Amino acid sequence: MIIDHPLLGPRDSAEFTYLGDASLIDRPDWQDKKAACKFYEYLYLRDNPAGEHRELWYHEAGDRSWLVVTRNTVTHEITKVELARSVAKARGRSK
Amino acid sequence: MRVTGKNSGRFSALRLLKEALIGHRGWKPGWRNPVPKKKYDVIIVGGGGHGLATAHYLASKFNITSVAVIEKGWIGGGNVGRNTTIIRSNYLLDGNEPFYEFSLKLWEGLEQDVNYNAMVSQRGILNLIHTDAQRDAYRRRGNAMMLNGADAELLNTEQVRAECPFLNFDNNRFPIKGGLVQRRGGTVRHDAVAWGYARSADSHGVDIIQNCEVTGFRIRNGKCSGVETSKGFIGAKKIGVAVAGNSSRLMGMAGMRLPIESHVLQAFVSEGLKPIIPGVITFGAGHFYVSQSDKGGLVFGGDIDGYNSYAQRGNLPVVEDVCEGGMALMPMIGRARLLRMWGGIMDMSMDGSPIIDRTGIEGLYFNGGWCYGGFKATPGSGWVFAHLLATDEPHRTATELRFDRFQRGYMIDEKGSGAQPNLH
Repeated sequence: MIIDHPLLGPRDSAEFTYLGDASLIDRPDWQDKKAACKFYEYLYLRDNPAGEHRELWYHEAGDRSWLVVTRNTVTHEITKVELARSVAKARGRSK
Repeated sequence: MRVTGKNSGRFSALRLLKEALIGHRGWKPGWRNPVPKKKYDVIIVGGGGHGLATAHYLASKFNITSVAVIEKGWIGGGNVGRNTTIIRSNYLLDGNEPFYEFSLKLWEGLEQDVNYNAMVSQRGILNLIHTDAQRDAYRRRGNAMMLNGADAELLNTEQVRAECPFLNFDNNRFPIKGGLVQRRGGTVRHDAVAWGYARSADSHGVDIIQNCEVTGFRIRNGKCSGVETSKGFIGAKKIGVAVAGNSSRLMGMAGMRLPIESHVLQAFVSEGLKPIIPGVITFGAGHFYVSQSDKGGLVFGGDIDGYNSYAQRGNLPVVEDVCEGGMALMPMIGRARLLRMWGGIMDMSMDGSPIIDRTGIEGLYFNGGWCYGGFKATPGSGWVFAHLLATDEPHRTATELRFDRFQRGYMIDEKGSGAQPNLH
């Protein structure tokens, strides 16, 4: 698989380390009244879709940026690559 | 109750001779191809090894014969036909080892139980040791195995050399310092497992319904009363789901999110060679395992690709990694040509261990999360799941294989790598 890095251009996926579902960006608030339940869901439960999947890849052998890659889990086709930082900022994180 | 005739397809030397003389026109299918009934006591979704085993044990051990196995493709076409055929019970943790040892004992009596030659071959599995720390860890593992009634034997370098002289003992980075061997481990003809269980279940009256895809569950007021399928609605008092690889998709139809990711695992087989590898051998310094099939091909594999996938094929970086592991362990493998490679989809759970449990929905039961250890578990999984479906109580060897272990903090994490499925 080739990941089209937003800053570096097309890179071999072997340069990256895979973390998992991009929902891991949305870490729950530890002070939430339902924090225990929310952390259980955040940490352990996954949608695991067959089809389009947004996921986190780390460019370990490159610029060490975190990317949000939109990839089809049935065909392995990659349709979108974003910097995780931009995605998190757009959701009001990492101000 | 046996409903099929004695000439339905039983194999014997005499029968083979007779059929050879009449052009093999007398063989009949090993199991029926029935039209689904409106209602069953139990429906098993998934006609793989685990589903068929569950049906066999439900009918033969728990006397529940109003059972349908519903399979979207053909039986044995999923992971039971795509694995590396290894059986073993060399686990460490109390939540796992009694279950896998129970399963290995069932393998030992499988062929007599289902009256089918599954070529169960206890040729042994050897886990190699490369460091002092690894020897300590394997000694501990061997002791844990023996505490649970399994067999384990620690070998030194010379003992390993006597059995496997072809290994690269003097590899500069990973010299071989011994091994942990389980003599009762080995290999089984995987397709025959599916066929044997299918024929036995069918002969007890179980309906095996192929080419019938489940498209939904009928759930009202928290109770499941049957499944919607491509052949219409089929009702049941209890529904057991055993579709590892696609568990999230199917349980998603029941509104559940699972502690599971689907990953692809590749496997490889070389051209046929003369007998060279005595049993199953695993590399302790990388992820590589190899055995030799009775046809002579070297059957080997390694790590999962590491990203979510439902494609039954992987990518080249893992092919390279697996082959490097093979070359480091036994350089002679470089002379063999690769014949075939393929991929299967694994339910990778959040702690690397399976789940066999009730769900929050009455009448709906789940069996999955097998990671890449599902094949060896086939008989145990079938028996334990049948026990759960028949009695509503977990089998004594599966009391820890629960859904809520993640929420309660009772993970069964053999490797200690945490909630990161691609590391298990």
